[in-house]
Amino acid sequence: MKRLIALLALVLAAPLAAQDSLPPAPYAYNQLEDPELERKAHDLMLTLRCLKCQSQSIADSDAPMAGDMRHQVRTRLAAGETPDQIRTWMIERYGNYVSYEPRVTATTWPLFVIPFVLLLIAGLIIRGRLTRKAPAQEGAE
Amino acid sequence: MIAEFGLAALWLAAALAGLQLFAGFMGLRPGGGGIAVLARPAALVQALLCGISFLVLLWLFARTDLSVALVAANSHSAKPLIFKLSGTWGNHEGSMLLWVTVMALAGGLIAFIERRLPEKTMLATLGAQAFVALGFYAFLLFSSNPFERLPVAPMEGNGLNPLLQDIGLAFHPPTLYFGYVGLSVAFSFVVGALLTRQVTPEFARVMRPWVLGAWCLLTVGITAGSYWAYYELGWGGWWFWDPVENASLMPWLAATALLHSVSVLAARDALRAWTVMLGVIAFSMSMVGTFLVRSGILTSVHAFAVDPERGSFILALLALNIGGALAIFATRAGTVAEGERFSVLSREGALVINNVALSAILGIVLLGTLYPLLTEAFDVRVSVGPPYFNPVSAIFLFPMLVVLAIGPILRWRGDSFARIRMPVISLGLLLLVSIIALWVITGIGILPLLGLALALVVAVGSLLPLRGRSLRRLPIAVWGMVIAHFGVAVALFGMASDTAFQQERLVAANIGDVVEVGPWSAQLESVTPVAGPNWTAIEASLTLFYEGKEVTTAHPQARSCWSPPTETSEVALTTRRNGQLYTALGNQAEDGRWQLRLWWKPFVTWIWFGGLLIALGGALALVGRVVGDIRRRVAGKKITDRKADQEALAAEAAS
Amino acid sequence: MKRLRIFLWGLVGLALFLFGLFAYQLTQPKDEFVESAMIGQPIPAFDLRPAIADRPGLSSADLADGNAKLVNIFASWCVPCRAEAPHLETLRMSGAEIVGIAIRDREEDVNRFLAVYGNPFTRIGADDISEVQLSLGSSGVPETFVVDGNGVITYQHIGDIRADDVAMILEKLREAGA
Repeated sequence: MKRLIALLALVLAAPLAAQDSLPPAPYAYNQLEDPELERKAHDLMLTLRCLKCQSQSIADSDAPMAGDMRHQVRTRLAAGETPDQIRTWMIERYGNYVSYEPRVTATTWPLFVIPFVLLLIAGLIIRGRLTRKAPAQEGAE
Repeated sequence: MIAEFGLAALWLAAALAGLQLFAGFMGLRPGGGGIAVLARPAALVQALLCGISFLVLLWLFARTDLSVALVAANSHSAKPLIFKLSGTWGNHEGSMLLWVTVMALAGGLIAFIERRLPEKTMLATLGAQAFVALGFYAFLLFSSNPFERLPVAPMEGNGLNPLLQDIGLAFHPPTLYFGYVGLSVAFSFVVGALLTRQVTPEFARVMRPWVLGAWCLLTVGITAGSYWAYYELGWGGWWFWDPVENASLMPWLAATALLHSVSVLAARDALRAWTVMLGVIAFSMSMVGTFLVRSGILTSVHAFAVDPERGSFILALLALNIGGALAIFATRAGTVAEGERFSVLSREGALVINNVALSAILGIVLLGTLYPLLTEAFDVRVSVGPPYFNPVSAIFLFPMLVVLAIGPILRWRGDSFARIRMPVISLGLLLLVSIIALWVITGIGILPLLGLALALVVAVGSLLPLRGRSLRRLPIAVWGMVIAHFGVAVALFGMASDTAFQQERLVAANIGDVVEVGPWSAQLESVTPVAGPNWTAIEASLTLFYEGKEVTTAHPQARSCWSPPTETSEVALTTRRNGQLYTALGNQAEDGRWQLRLWWKPFVTWIWFGGLLIALGGALALVGRVVGDIRRRVAGKKITDRKADQEALAAEAAS
Repeated sequence: MKRLRIFLWGLVGLALFLFGLFAYQLTQPKDEFVESAMIGQPIPAFDLRPAIADRPGLSSADLADGNAKLVNIFASWCVPCRAEAPHLETLRMSGAEIVGIAIRDREEDVNRFLAVYGNPFTRIGADDISEVQLSLGSSGVPETFVVDGNGVITYQHIGDIRADDVAMILEKLREAGA
C-alpha cells in the first residue's frame, strides 16, 4: 500500500510534495499548430516512458520531467526531425528502457524470433490436426 | 474479540481444508470410504467458516476498528461507508483473504451442487481444491494475517488512496477474483479427472458450466477494470499492456480456449489433452498473476505489497501447484492422448484453430510481459509496451477472427464447402469491400483499419447461426454463443474506432473561452472550489455544444484529498450513442489561464458494452447448458421410471 | 502419446526456467534508477545562463577546458540535495572542481538554498526546462557526473552523495585526469 501511495504521490505531483516552482515547458501542455505533426507527436509520446512515474508514458504523465520531454518531442518535430530520430535521441541518453517499442538488438532478438516460432508451431499443430478428407466412418474415437 | 473470532474461523477453515485433502486422498484408495465421506461436508463447512472470517473483516472495516493493524493502515473514519467496505480488499492481506474465501466458496459450491461425477472423481477434485487452498491458507495465516492487532490503537487511520475510493473499485476486484479464483475449480476438476482417469465427455459436460461461470465473471472483472482505469486515472487510456493488466488477461485467454475445448470434448470426445492442459494453465496463470503483482519484481502502476519474502512464499506455492499438476499430467498422459484428425471444414477443426490462436496470443503476452525481467538478470533494461503487443498479437488475432466469423455455422465432424459457400463468399466480399473503402476514405493505420473491417465481418458472421432457425425455439445456449460472438465484434469496433478516430485538445483557457474538438465545443464558464466528505476540489463548469447546439454541461475537477494527501483528477464524461467527450481539468498557469484537456472518443463506450455482451453471452450459455442438463436428467428419469413400470407389469402378467 | 510427453516435459522445463528467473529476481534489490547511456560520450553542446548573480553560467566549452570536473545536477526544491551538501563541500576541499546545473529553479530560491547549505560551485547554469538534464541522460535530482578534461562523461552517481561515496568519486575524478 505504501508503495502505491508513494507512486501516486509522484504521479499526481501535488503542491504538497517537494515541487519546482517554475511553470511547465512551453510545449508540455500545448499542442503543435499543425494537426498532422501533433498527431505524430502524440503517437511518439505514447511510446516513450516517463522516467519519474515509470509505469506511464510521457503522454499520460503529469510529472514536470515528462512535460519537459514532451516539449522536446514537439519542438524537435516542429524543427523537422522525424519521430525515429527523436526516439533515437532519447535512447542514446537513457537506453532502451525509455522506449516502449523494443528495437532488435543482441539482447532482444528472441522477442522478435519467438513469435515466428510460435507461428510455425501453430501451423504444424493445425496441419497435424486437420485433414482435407471428411472422416469416412462414424467412430467412437 | 471480534478480530480474534475472525482469525479463529480462518484457522478452523484451514484445518477443514486439511481434512478435506485427507478425505479426498483416502477416497482414492481402496477401502478408504469411511473418511472419504467427510470430504463434501468438510468443503461445505470450510466455505461457511471462511465466509464468516471475511464478513468479520468487513465488519472491522465498517466499524473502523483501529486496533486492527490492517484497518489502521488502510482506512479512515471519515470515509463513506461504501468505501470503508471496499477498502477491505484494497490492500494485500484483505485481498488474499478474499482469494481464499472465493476458493472456499467455489469448493463448497461444487460439493453442494455437483452430483453428476463418479464419486471418486469428485473426491479427487475436492482433494485437489483443498491442496491448493491449504497453500494459500498457510500464506495468509503465517505471513499476511489480516487480523493482526496493534498494541496501541492510533487516533486515526492512514486512509485509503483516493484513486481507490471509487465505485469502480467496489466492482472490479471482487468480480475479477471470482473469475480468477473460480478457475481453480476447473484446475481441480481436471486434476481430479486425471487422477481417476475420467477425462470423458460426461466429465466435460459437468465441468462446462463451472468454467463458463468463472469465465463470465472474469470477463466482467476485466471490462470493469478497464473502464475504471479509463475514467479514474485521468488520461483516457483503457488498456496499456501494463504487467498487471496482462496478468488478468492471460487467465482469460486460457479460460476462453478452455471453454471452447470443453465443448469439443463434450460433443466429440476429442481434444482431451488440450482441455486438461488449458484447465491447468488457466489457474496457473491466475497464480502467476498474483505472484507478479505482489512480488514487486515488475514495474507496474498496480503493484501491491512489495515484499520479497511474501513473493518467495507465493513462488513456492506456484512451484508446488503447477509442478504437481504437470507431474500428474505426465504420469497420466496415456489416458488423454489421442491423435484423431479433424476435417478442416468442421466445427472441431475451427475450434482447434481457435485454441491454437488463443494459446499463441497467451504465449506472446507472457513473453512480452516477462522479457524485461529476463534481460534485467543480465543488467540490460528494456521496455516492452503497446508498440510490440499490438501488432504481434494481431498476427494471431486477425486470422482467428476470420475463422470466428465462419466457425459457428460449421457442422460437427465434417461439412461441405457447397453448404457454406454463400456465407463464406459474402463475408469475404464484405471484408474486401470494407478494407478498401476504409483505406480510401480514411487515412487510418493498418491495425485499426483491419480491426474495423473484421469487426463488421464478425458481427455479420456471429448472426449467421440464426439464419433459417426459429428464433423462438432456439436453445438458450445458442443465443449465448451468438450474443458473445457479437459482443466480440462490438468491443473490437470500439477499440479500433477509438484508436483511429480519437481527437485530443489541450488548451490554456480563460473564463469564457471556447474549445473545439471534433463535433463538440466547450465553453469554460467558471472555475470554483467545492468540497466533499474527505476532499476539496477545484471544479470547472463547461457548457457543451454538439454540432453547434447546446447540449449539457460538464464539471471536471482537480481534487485534493487530505488522508493521505494526494491529488486526483475527476474527469467529466459526456456520453452520446456515438462516443464520449472526456474532459479533464489541469493546473492553473501563471497568467491565470486554466489547463483544459478534452478528448473526443468516437464509439469508445462500445468497448465495455461489447465486454458486457460477451459476459452476457457466457451467462446465457451457462443457463442454457444447466437447463438442458436438468431437462435431460428429468427426461432420463422418466424413461427409466417407465421402463421399471413396464417390467413390473410384464412380471405381473407372466406370473 | 510420445509427442504429448515431450511437449509436457518441455512445459515443465519452461516452468522451471520461469520459476528460477522469478526466484533470482526476488533476490535482487529493486532498482528504480535509470542510468544514463551517455557514459563514455562527450558532453553535448549547450550554453546555460547564470543561475545566480555570484557565479558565471555553464557551457559545454567550460567542461572541455582541460580539467576534469564534477557536474552536480541539483535544485533548491530537492530534499536529498540538502543532505549531500556537506559531502560536496568535502569534495571541494579535497581539490575537486564542482560545477552545478540548477533544474527548474528561480534565482532567489537558489540563492536561499546556497546560503543555508553552502556553495561549492565555481559555475552554476540555470536549466529551466530540463533541456540539458535530458541531453545528459539524467533522470532526476540529485545526480553527479564526472567529466574529464576533454568534455567526455566518465562516471555517473545517481542520488545524493553519501559519506562513503566520497572516496569513490574522488577516485573516479583522479582517473579522469584531475
